[in-house]
Parts: sequence; structure tokens; C-alpha cells
Amino acid sequence: MTRAERIRALGLLAPAYLWLTVAVFLPLSAMAFFSLLTEVPFGEREWSFTIANYTEVFGNPVYATLLWKSLKLGFWVTFWCLVLGFPCAWILARMLKGRSREVLFLLVILPFWSNALVRIFSWAIVLRGNGVLDRAVNAVLPWDVNINLMFSEPAIIIGLVHSYLPYVILTTYLSLQAIDETLIEAARSLGARWPRILWRLVLPLALPGLIAGAVLVFVPVVGSFMEPRLLGGRFGTTYGTLIEDQFVAVFNWPLGAALSFILLAVVLVILAAASPALRKAAT
Amino acid sequence: MIVVARAYLGLILVFLYAPIIVMGVMSLNASEFYALPFDFSTEWYERLFANEEVLAASWRSVWIALVVATVATTLGTMASLALWRHDFPGKRILQALLFPPIAVPWLIIGTAMLVFFFGIGLGRGTPAVVLGHVALALPYVIITVTARMQSFDRALDEAARSLGARSWTVARKVILPYASPGIIAGWLFAFAVSFDQFVVSYFLAEPGDSTLPVLIYTAIRKGFTPEINAIATIIIAVSMTLMIVAARFARFGGTR
Repeated sequence: MTRAERIRALGLLAPAYLWLTVAVFLPLSAMAFFSLLTEVPFGEREWSFTIANYTEVFGNPVYATLLWKSLKLGFWVTFWCLVLGFPCAWILARMLKGRSREVLFLLVILPFWSNALVRIFSWAIVLRGNGVLDRAVNAVLPWDVNINLMFSEPAIIIGLVHSYLPYVILTTYLSLQAIDETLIEAARSLGARWPRILWRLVLPLALPGLIAGAVLVFVPVVGSFMEPRLLGGRFGTTYGTLIEDQFVAVFNWPLGAALSFILLAVVLVILAAASPALRKAAT
Repeated sequence: MIVVARAYLGLILVFLYAPIIVMGVMSLNASEFYALPFDFSTEWYERLFANEEVLAASWRSVWIALVVATVATTLGTMASLALWRHDFPGKRILQALLFPPIAVPWLIIGTAMLVFFFGIGLGRGTPAVVLGHVALALPYVIITVTARMQSFDRALDEAARSLGARSWTVARKVILPYASPGIIAGWLFAFAVSFDQFVVSYFLAEPGDSTLPVLIYTAIRKGFTPEINAIATIIIAVSMTLMIVAARFARFGGTR
């Protein structure tokens, strides 16, 4: 690379990366700083360094309970996304061809690019007592049942699975599509049955895609607050809503920053653990 | 087997689309409590278009998204062309840096932006929202444009140069036209990221000066009305249409 080229590359790259620095990387570092303060350092307020926010979080079991609840929520949503998404990706990648595949693929991915808040809101209409699901089930069944899933744990899981299912389908689809057909044929001609082919051949080859999908679901779900709030009501207190409250209701920003920073640490550990699979899935 | 497969896919599609369709239908139902039988009415849409607050928030959301998409596409295209064209030490690090804005939960990024923007005296408001949205949209633009350039035949670049074209001319006449479907798709993705963005806007928007998703969230928490149904239906129709257009340009999942 010549000097002129280097300057040109720098000129092209600098604006985008400066922007990312100011709007993402500096804020994330600033949050670490904030989490170590007694007070927000604006205006005339007195502030000093402290680790009280962290001792508060680690000392009070309420925070650990909520973090655990969010992690469990992330686990269940990821589980259902994988269980529902894998067959779907398999059908799209290996059983359909040409135009019908293209159209169905787009239909599956499309909701993922539409407004998340609005989709959660649409579930509120469906799930509430005397709502659409309740009526539909009662119209079919001869006896009366009362389905009111709204403001419950299952409602949160349904809404979140709906939000993140397309992620898993997309990443799994990409890794399934890359599997060489002749491998499967070879296994079959050697007498392997389908369960064995799935378990010993397809699943290992699709694993990077499944892991990538799982991470892309798990991480945002652990940090979710809008979905539990809207669909969970009273049951919807999670680690995410706890952070939200510190910033918009209680106004204890240093504590909120400490909570956010702990969540960031958890997320980074997960991302680091999954990074070999993520890298494999990206290529 | 193929019948079972199609049935399964059908069920997944019902799961994905039924609530959205129900919402759309209910936005045209006269009853406020979603009562059946269905009674067609455009009342909620009429009320919606008379609601100043919603109209102002919609307009704000649209123009923020337009500004964000344009800025992010310009900066993102520049960066991705540099990443595509040149090899230099640290390139992999620069590419890896694109992932935090996508992978870190928006709750963390949103709250971090809030404290930082207050720290530097910018505070809440539309400039903060734009600053934040552009950063979230940039990685999507860079990834989309870079994906498009992967299929570029570098011989074209060399041919143009050997015919005496200067690098600016090559960029303008050869590279940019080739990149344009990726750039258009990137612009549409950036628009969608901003227009649909709730979490980051929620922390950065000034109360009373909010974007549409923030307004909807506040309204739902106060107790929702079918007017919300109507605006939600419009939003989903707009963003889905945009994405169909974007997919045509980006050719997602196309036949290989």
C-alpha cells in the first residue's frame, strides 16, 4: 500500500469509525466510569468514587434472583427457537427449490425486519382474556375453557420466540445449505438411517449455525425489558426492567450503570465462549 | 414427506403472521374491546389522523429515519469500500468492531449513550437520537455493501485503470454503479433500523418530543386504545414493504 492509498483509506474509514467511537465505544466506557460514582457528576452535585453500587448489587439477593430469572428466560426462549427453527430451516434449505423457496424464505425473515414493539403489542391483543385466542379455542372446543395467557411467563416466552425465531432460522438455513448433498447420499448408501444421519452428520455440520442463532437470541433476550413489561405485567419484572427503572423511574443512574455493566460482562463472556462458532458461521 | 414439511412451514407462518393480521383486522373493528361479530369501521383511523401528537411523532420518526439512513449509508459505504479495496494491518480488528453495536443488547447501549450524552452536555433530544441511530445502522450498511462487493471482478478495476482512468473516475464510473444495489439495500436497512428502533430512542428521546415507537410504548402502558392498533398496522405495513424492496436489492436467500 502506497502512502497516498493509505491516506485515502484512512479518509474513507475515519468518519464511520469516529462515529462508532463517539456513539458506542466511549459511552460503554463512560458507563463503567459512572458505575463507580456516588452521584451523577452533573451540575453542582458532589460526587466521589465508590464501589458501593457493586457491593449493593452483589450483596442484595434480589438482583441475583432477577438476573437468574432473565438468564432462565433467555434459555427457554432460545430452546424453543431452536426446536421450532431447525425443522423450518431444514425444509427451506433442503426440501424446497427455486421460486417457492425464495418466497417462503422471505416470508419467514420478513417479520424480523418489522417493528418489534408493534409485534409484541399484537400478541397482547391475541393473548388477553376474552381475546382472540380465547374466543377461537372456545369456538372449536365443545366445552368451555378460559384462556388468559396475558400477563404470565408463557406470554413473555411466546412473544419473545415470535420476535427472535427468524434469527435462528436464518443462521441455521445458511449452515444447512452449505452441507454437501453427496455426503448425505454416501451415508445413506452405507446403510445409515435418518435419525443417525441427523445426529452424526447433519447436526455437527449445522452446529455453527445453530450456535450463532442461539447466541443471537439469548443475548438480546437476557437484556429485554419491553417484552416482559408489556406481556408479563406483574410477572414481568426482569433484570432488564430493573435497569430500565433505574434510568426512567428511580433515577439512580450510577446503580443502573453498574447493573448494565454487569449485564455487559455476562454478555461478553457468552459472546467470547461462542466466538469460534460465530466465526465459523460467518464464513 | 413434502406434505408434512409444507404443513409445518405453514404452521410456522401462521405463528409469525396471525397476530399481525389479527391486529390489522381489529384496527378496522368498531368495538373498542375487540368484540365480535366484526363490525367494519374506519373510525380509529379517522381518530388517528386527527391526533396531533401521533402525527407529530410519526413525522419526526420518518425524518429522523431519512437523515439516519442517508448519513449511515454515506459513511458506511465509504468505510466498506476502503475495507474491501485495501489490505492493511488492523483490518480484522476494524471488522470485528462492527459487531458490538449489533451484538450488545440495545438496553445496555441505550443506557450507556444516555449517561455519556449527558456527561458531554448533549443530553436528551433529537440530535442524541440521530447520533445513536446512525451508530446502530452503520454496521448493517457496511456488512450489506461489503457483501455486494465480494462478487466484484477486480479485473474490471484494473481494466479501467489500464485504460487511463484515475481512481476517482474508477470509483464513480465502475465501483459505485456495481455497488449500488448493496448501497440501496443498506440505505433501506438503515432506514428500518432507525424507524423501528424503540429501545435506544426510548432512553434518548425527550419526553413530549418522542418518536413513534416511544409514543406507542407509553400509550400501551397507559392502557391501549384501537387507535394504537391503527398506527401499529400502518407501521408494520410500511416496514414490511420497505424490507420486500430491500430484499429485492440484497437478494437474500436467493437460489444458489
